[in-house]
Amino acid sequence: MSTPRRSNDLRTMVTIWLILSAVLDPVYFWVIGPHMPPGTMTDSAAGQQFDINVLVVTALPVVLAVWVYMAYAVINWRASKIPADTPVFVADPKRATRIQVAWILVTAVTVMWAFGFGVYELVVPAGAGGGEGPNPVWTPTSKNILPIQVIGQQWLWTYRYPTFGGFETTQLMIPNNTEIAFHVTSLDVIHDFWAYQLGVKADANPQEDNVAFTHTAQVGRFTVRCDELCGIWHGAMYDYGHIVPKATFYKWATSTEAKLASQTKLLPPFAWIYTPDANGADGGYYPNNVVPYNKTELYSSQHVRITQYGAKNS
Amino acid sequence: MASTIDTPIAGRHVSTRPAGGLGLNRYQNVFTAFVVAAGGYLLGHYIGNVIGSGYVSVQGGGQNDVAIVLALTFGALGWLLGIGALNYPLAKLVGASPEYPPTEGGWMRYFRFSLDHKVVGMQYVIATLLFLFTGGLLAMAIRTELLNPTIHVLGPGTYIAVVGEHGTIMMMMASSLVIGPLGNWLVPLMIGSRRMAFPRVEAFSLWLFTAGYMVILTALPMGGFPTGWTGYAPLQTQAGGGMDSYLVGFAIIGTGMVLAGFNLAATIVTCRAPGMTWGRLPIFVWSVLATAALLVFATPTLICAGLFGILDRTAQTAFYVNEHGGSSFLWENLFWFFGHPEVYIMALPGFGMVGEMLPVFTGKQLFGYKVGAAGMIGVALLSFFVWQHHLFQSGINPDMRPLFMLTTELISIPTGFIFLVGLGTLWKARMRMEPPMLFCLALYFNFLIGGITGVFLSDVPVNVTVHGSFFVLAHFHYTIMGGLVFAFFGGLYYWLPKMTGKTLNRKLSLAHFWVMFIFFNLTFFPLLIVGLLGQPRRVFEYAQRLQPLNDFASVSAYILGASFLIFIANFVWSIWIDPKPAPTNPWGSRGLEWQVPTPVPAYNFEHIPVIVSDPYLYGVPDAPPVADFGGASSPAYAAALAGDTAGDGAARSE
Repeated sequence: MSTPRRSNDLRTMVTIWLILSAVLDPVYFWVIGPHMPPGTMTDSAAGQQFDINVLVVTALPVVLAVWVYMAYAVINWRASKIPADTPVFVADPKRATRIQVAWILVTAVTVMWAFGFGVYELVVPAGAGGGEGPNPVWTPTSKNILPIQVIGQQWLWTYRYPTFGGFETTQLMIPNNTEIAFHVTSLDVIHDFWAYQLGVKADANPQEDNVAFTHTAQVGRFTVRCDELCGIWHGAMYDYGHIVPKATFYKWATSTEAKLASQTKLLPPFAWIYTPDANGADGGYYPNNVVPYNKTELYSSQHVRITQYGAKNS
Repeated sequence: MASTIDTPIAGRHVSTRPAGGLGLNRYQNVFTAFVVAAGGYLLGHYIGNVIGSGYVSVQGGGQNDVAIVLALTFGALGWLLGIGALNYPLAKLVGASPEYPPTEGGWMRYFRFSLDHKVVGMQYVIATLLFLFTGGLLAMAIRTELLNPTIHVLGPGTYIAVVGEHGTIMMMMASSLVIGPLGNWLVPLMIGSRRMAFPRVEAFSLWLFTAGYMVILTALPMGGFPTGWTGYAPLQTQAGGGMDSYLVGFAIIGTGMVLAGFNLAATIVTCRAPGMTWGRLPIFVWSVLATAALLVFATPTLICAGLFGILDRTAQTAFYVNEHGGSSFLWENLFWFFGHPEVYIMALPGFGMVGEMLPVFTGKQLFGYKVGAAGMIGVALLSFFVWQHHLFQSGINPDMRPLFMLTTELISIPTGFIFLVGLGTLWKARMRMEPPMLFCLALYFNFLIGGITGVFLSDVPVNVTVHGSFFVLAHFHYTIMGGLVFAFFGGLYYWLPKMTGKTLNRKLSLAHFWVMFIFFNLTFFPLLIVGLLGQPRRVFEYAQRLQPLNDFASVSAYILGASFLIFIANFVWSIWIDPKPAPTNPWGSRGLEWQVPTPVPAYNFEHIPVIVSDPYLYGVPDAPPVADFGGASSPAYAAALAGDTAGDGAARSE
């Protein structure tokens, strides 16, 4: 029994594919990759960037394999190029079966690799910056977590700082080098808090406390956009936040707390979620499930709910 | 058995039957349907006002959703009544004999209720193209608004209405794009049947589809709906009257989808000709069967979800209202439980069509037929277990995230089978670069990008970056438009000569392909980048730095839109202005549908064919013909009756 020889066609394709992959993969990873979104402002952003880069490096040879094959086929195997008396290629059934089994194995291994790596990148950076709902399962190991409440409403974002008396502002300021817990909620319809450069995204659902963690790593400005269609001014629901040095942040937070003290008194007491006023459109709302908090405890950034998460995971 | 499978045509032709019933069919057409629909609309509105005008919510808000919902529902019922879709059940109710719509009548039969699957198929072609071009015009409006990040052409209210209409119309269209026109037209011919299992259900689903089109358009004069095609609550509960059009429209279209799927599945299971074993079923029919299963099992969830939404808006129930005990997550879950299988409702028939055309234009057997069929079934099954990947950032229980990441990524394995089938068939082929073949190759090019970007989206950490952005938008345009719509046009170029009996102009066909292919990619590839760079979907304002890419995509989109004008010009030119008769089998296909005369007789086959060999034996020396059309006098027929379905007296090798 003679062993079927590999044809020149296959050898040529594999050579082209290997050269292209060997050139383009490193070029992507080391030249383009470091500039890929969402950047490296936080650990979750950096994790996402690395994840994107690893997936591109995995996917590029797959795409190239199909493209090289198709291009080769289109160039060489068209009727106008092949003499009419050439017999039609008929696949050897055994070889065809081997190719099919190999194809399934290769795709399965690639998929399992992507899955395993994705789970690692999800779990290790505490949920990868995505909204984990009211009971997060992947939490930071640090005990010092600054909670910031993000409130979406048609059509703006406001932020409450429970650690500083629960004042509410449209300015989003975050200390650098700090573990942050964004508690995202809504007063009306579903919004989505997307802090692009922070690598944070969490839906703002009415009566739901959606928690997303990140660890800040660089000072700078970032964009906040609503990423879930929330009505006609959805496109205008954006603003900007700032990561500032810790000292600057505490100076800003304490002075804002003092400046807004009289207004904070008029606000509904701080709560993780709020229920809209039964009369609807007047914009009123009241706190739901008020979690009592101790100011001293909060000033040390040991938030009661966050401490519970830590206890749950320890 | 002989009497059932090979009854001669004489005496069975529908036109020879007595009209019977209420005798209304001959007077009914789309014009009467319009009149009765308008009457139904007014009656529904009147009843709704009588019922709902006293409600506190109506008096406070000035919007009577009861009246709108009833008007739309009665309007749709009037449409069905006016076209004659209800004649049969009504005749049965009053004890009259069943009515058979006339089959004669030249071009007017395309504007009537018809039980001929080929007429229904052509009606579906026109209806889906109407959907496609309406949605396409709205897309042009969207791209115009996005020419500038801050200067607005439409304004936010109109823009969001246009976005919602575009998405919903396109999704509705794409759900039926292949199943409706080509599924109905081709499946009976491909399996050797004279008709669909339930011709009345088939026609009923078409007229429901057209009713859904008009209902969804009524949203525009009511200000549209602000939710996009996903209709998320509680924005849905809060929205104006256009939302009722969305909910009623989707319920109507959904009902049509369930009926069409159920009818196609029944046809494929029960109406196959002798010898049409599962191993010989054309790959397109496998894809239709897998899609039919999805239509039947997934779409009822959408209909129920829509009904809950209608009840929340009219009867003041609280399925989706958090503060009254409902949950906005309920809509998200129900919608995507339908919505993800829906994606494969749109993808699978495209794969099937390409699998059908490739062997013809490569002159080779289809590589890995069984793997291809298994891949379609695998995709269909898995598609029910992936829906939460749309909700990775929603705040839903995060425990499930790795599972849904896994199931979503697993889908790439059976999808890979489809690529294996295609690429394997190309190996050492003799490709004829006819327009259908180019569309097939384009599907693989486009769907590869769509599929790979889908793997990125299924990865939860990457999903944090790209969820809800233009990356998602470009991804699903690559799969649905790059996959299904390309396959559909490939299919039209391939099968229209049989369907219409006319040859399409080759130069115009090639021009259409190249403009569409190049500018499709030039439109949507930049939008992948725009999404990665942080532009959310459905916004009318975006970052200044993204204007060059957006403008590039807009200009490309205009030319992409213009490519469809080439198709229309070609269609009009080749069918009406300068018609050239098409040969019976212009591509040299072994498909059963090509073995019948052109135009295809009303009853398809003079004798029910007996299938004697595999459908894709291209390039095989001395390959037997695909079927024996000889009727009772032929040996194959006698063998089929004796139980030897292969007809050659030997056991099949498979």
